[in-house]
Amino acid sequence: MNSSNMSLKDKVAIITGAGRGIGRSIAVSFAAAGANIIVVDLDMPEIENTVKAAEPNNVRVLGMKTDVTKKEEVDSMAAKVLQTFGTIDILVNNAAIEYYVPLMLMREEGWDKTFDVNVKGYFLCAQAAGKTMIKNNRGIIINFASMAGILADKYSGAYCASKAAIIQFSRSLAGELANHNIRVNCIAPGMVKTRMAAAALKDEETKNRFCGLIPLGRFAEPEEMASVALFLASDASSYITGTTIIVDGGVSISGMNHDESGKTVPAKYKIL
Amino acid sequence: MAKIQFSLEGKTAIVTGASRGIGKAIALAFADAGADVVVASRTIPDLEKTAEEIRLKGRHALVVKTDISRQQDIESLIEKTVKEFHSIDILVNNAAQLLLMLPSMLRDEGWDKMINTDLRSCFISSREASKVMIKNRRGSIINIGSVAGTMAVPYESAYAVAKAGLIHLTKVMAGELGHYNVRVNSIEVGMVRTKMTEGVWSNPQIAKIFEQGIPMHRISEPEEIAAVALFLASDAASYVTGASICVDGGASLAGFNPDIQGMTLPEQYRIHKESLE
Repeated sequence: MNSSNMSLKDKVAIITGAGRGIGRSIAVSFAAAGANIIVVDLDMPEIENTVKAAEPNNVRVLGMKTDVTKKEEVDSMAAKVLQTFGTIDILVNNAAIEYYVPLMLMREEGWDKTFDVNVKGYFLCAQAAGKTMIKNNRGIIINFASMAGILADKYSGAYCASKAAIIQFSRSLAGELANHNIRVNCIAPGMVKTRMAAAALKDEETKNRFCGLIPLGRFAEPEEMASVALFLASDASSYITGTTIIVDGGVSISGMNHDESGKTVPAKYKIL
Repeated sequence: MAKIQFSLEGKTAIVTGASRGIGKAIALAFADAGADVVVASRTIPDLEKTAEEIRLKGRHALVVKTDISRQQDIESLIEKTVKEFHSIDILVNNAAQLLLMLPSMLRDEGWDKMINTDLRSCFISSREASKVMIKNRRGSIINIGSVAGTMAVPYESAYAVAKAGLIHLTKVMAGELGHYNVRVNSIEVGMVRTKMTEGVWSNPQIAKIFEQGIPMHRISEPEEIAAVALFLASDAASYVTGASICVDGGASLAGFNPDIQGMTLPEQYRIHKESLE
């Protein structure tokens, strides 16, 4: 077995939330590795942008506007994928929403929407894609959790709870599907330069305050999440299932240190 | 694009315990990806074989006889690497020893030996290598740990504690070295087909019991661990630091639960249904 093989040649990969950010980066990266891509999102113009970005890699790319919180739409999307591509090899559950609202102020609709998109959506997509993967006795499912599923942020409790749910959902699914040669893993990103981090990136001062809390001293590019997804989708991770890979530049190591003095770690500890 | 991300072109790597098993597989995988490799262990003949295979791949190899339980050997290993290659880009702390014993039978010396070989040596080599990496403002330290460090499996007390310590040391060092662009990560391995576990996998009956407890129903090959080390050493893992990557075929998912593993979903449901009737 060629364990260092990062090729996804001829594989069929569904990526949710692929209209922008991490999802788009994964679509482009998987396409470059030879996979045919299904771009799933809610916003048609954004879907089209991703399709255009992925296409030059000489693979087939299909955009599908789908609301992952609705079972009929998810099942219909999966059926269309089977019809068009004949199989489903990889599912990347990436679509998510985050409301920056303390739990004590959150409205019922906000809580429901958070869990519908972030948890139920992953479950519905996993069921739909999993059916085909079980039939083929092979497959890869990659779920996006977050550092927020491990460290409890004070200001986005619903999001944190939903991401913690994904970590355990992913592990349970891995246990269920291991007998069918399907690997299921989770990626937990830290601070990434996407629209979801807009508030943290809004000005230099705020950005630097966050950077001071991160051992690597910077936010990640979406591509640095895509490369980990590629690793998990490829044979290089052939013995990895049921785990969560934290990709956060080290910020969760010592907790989000709310001493937001803006000083870097060396300055705080007076090193060199 | 994918190939480039796994490139170690122009890098210098040190791999301890490179004479066989996981260490050898890592050394060869790194050479395949374009790195020059310094191979360290106590057994020179096997080490020379690894070095020869690296040279056949067109890379430079340096053989350094090293007993990681001896501090001066580690320091000498780092010195010789810097003298030959003027850099250390990657350090893989892989060499380790395993003593399987009831805690009541493990003597003081046995405990000390495990902690020294499997934990303290990694701290010393990382400390020395990181001095070079800090100067160059780049580096990747990879510690080969074990699921014994996260799951409390009996008979492995000192080994398990050393590995648990190694996992935490990984995180602490990652926090300290991040600002110098040095990443530190660990790989927690489960059952791998190497000499260390030969007593298990070479006996069909024992192997079967172990395989039943692993969701993937097989033990791993050293190459499957090497591929993860390669990922961690490469730019594909450029934002990964302080991470503990579990490579165990799912063994630590639900605890060692040999009951239900080994059955397909329909079979499991049938049995659950029957048990309710």
